[in-house]
Amino acid sequence: MDLTLEHITHRYSDVPVLQDISLHIPAGEILCIIGPSGCGKSTLLRLIGGLERPDSGQVLQLGTPPEGCLNPLTYVFQDFALLPWRSVGGNISLVLEDHGIRGKAADAIIADVLARTRLSDFRNALPRQLSGGMKQRVAIARALAVNPAVMLLDEPLSALDAQTRELLMEDLVALWTRQPFTGIYVTHNLAEAVRLGHRIAILSRRPGQLREVIKVETPLGDRHAGQPELESLQARLWQMMKDEAVAADQELLNV
Amino acid sequence: MSDADPARPVPFRGGGFRPVAKRGTGIVVFLLLLALVEWGTRAGWIGNLTLPRPSDVGVTLVDLARSGQLWVHLIPSLTRLAVGSLLGVTVGIGVGVMIGLFSHVRAGLVPLVAALFPIPKIALLPLFVIWFGIDEASKYALIALGTFTPTVVSTYGAVDNVDRTLIRMGQSFGLSWLSIVRKIVLPGALPGILSGLRVSIAIGIILLVAAEMLGAQYGIGAYVLQAGSLYDLERLFAGVVILSALGVLTSAIVGVLERRLLVWRG
Ligand SMILES: Nc1ncnc2c1ncn2[C@@H]1O[C@H](COP(=O)(O)OP(=O)(O)OP(=O)(O)O)[C@@H](O)[C@H]1O
Ligand SMILES: [Mg+2]
Repeated sequence: MDLTLEHITHRYSDVPVLQDISLHIPAGEILCIIGPSGCGKSTLLRLIGGLERPDSGQVLQLGTPPEGCLNPLTYVFQDFALLPWRSVGGNISLVLEDHGIRGKAADAIIADVLARTRLSDFRNALPRQLSGGMKQRVAIARALAVNPAVMLLDEPLSALDAQTRELLMEDLVALWTRQPFTGIYVTHNLAEAVRLGHRIAILSRRPGQLREVIKVETPLGDRHAGQPELESLQARLWQMMKDEAVAADQELLNV
Repeated sequence: MSDADPARPVPFRGGGFRPVAKRGTGIVVFLLLLALVEWGTRAGWIGNLTLPRPSDVGVTLVDLARSGQLWVHLIPSLTRLAVGSLLGVTVGIGVGVMIGLFSHVRAGLVPLVAALFPIPKIALLPLFVIWFGIDEASKYALIALGTFTPTVVSTYGAVDNVDRTLIRMGQSFGLSWLSIVRKIVLPGALPGILSGLRVSIAIGIILLVAAEMLGAQYGIGAYVLQAGSLYDLERLFAGVVILSALGVLTSAIVGVLERRLLVWRG
């Protein structure tokens, strides 16, 4: 399933947040969105997933979601959004119950996604017993359980430490290699963007406008930390963003 | 820094501000107080019109239990408390959840609840007697109304405090409205609802006694009133002890509920 954004414009009361954003995301591709803080990245993601309506413009899905897809547009949140009163298994079954998947069928799906995220031993643990990285893996497992056509990830690794982030990036690449998914990955971490994005979209400071879309040629599986071409790309991205970031920072000071 | 400076351990500045329940301390304090009063009344520096002797109160309690009079008073009281607060609390939780979920209900009912809350409910007893009769129904209604308002306030506060990102998450996975309420909003509000329950039931006990004092033949309130009007301090205090025990008991029941239902909080 492809996604197309057509001239998305959005404002909160009188503050314009996003201005005329058009993008096409083909199936099986991960698009990273970077931009200075407050430029409307999270807002854009909420608009794409239908949690909010844009003031003008529209988000279109092209084609039908694949067979067995329970929730075409599925989020992974920065703060995990796990129900603290449900076990790991219960958090995953939560999103299956409404589709009438219970008992054996649910068990099979839960076991499968937990195995894919290396969490099989923690099925009965409560969220408070897990580390941050494990919580986010549970959230990813939950997203995988509904077999999404598009994954919407809003800074999924920002709450984690650098080592855990590195491990989870590898996990995400492994998951994508095993079964390519369409992804929109919002981050302010340029290293994540160059590791995970097939393309990287750069937004300007608020009101967010699309400044540039950069294609990264290296296949996902061949990228790793500290690679020279990724480093130089990262430096280039930082050059582009620096002025915007400084200006955005000043703006916040002047509020 | 010179070499002559002695090495000193860094002074400890943390700790405190985290009271933990120490098992048995409450009982020890209680017993010490009792012992003090017992000693005072026996030694004579507490006059026998100031405070009754704790051992005499104990004897009165035992007699009350032996003669069966205890149950004659306790059972109607417990029934009134149970029926009245069950009614008030269930309706209160229902209304509170509605206020938490629907803007129109909130706009319509929050001012009403705010207006009802500060009314001393006991002042309404004569009205309830006219509406529901002199018998049990008016007492049920009084206790129900008294527990209703605090339950509503704590329930809608608890619903308001449910983490919005969890609700957003539910919506993003396409959960139905009912599922979101049942599986996210209600469990998320449960801690707040249960701690509100403690306050509501304590208010229920106060109203129970007041209602029984104003018009009941049997009941702990009636028993305390009779004893008071005869200046029978032993019996008065026996009644008070029973009421305190009732308060401790209901609070313990809520505590058990919390431990059972909120295991996930750790
Ligand atoms: N619900 C809302 N109501 C009003 N203003 C909002 C709302 N959500 C976001 N905003 C404002 O819109 C702007 C963009 O917010 P958004 O969260 O999309 O930015 P972001 O790019 O995700 O920032 P960050 O990098 O800090 O996550 C901000 O100025 C924010 O204050
Ligand atoms: Mg954001």
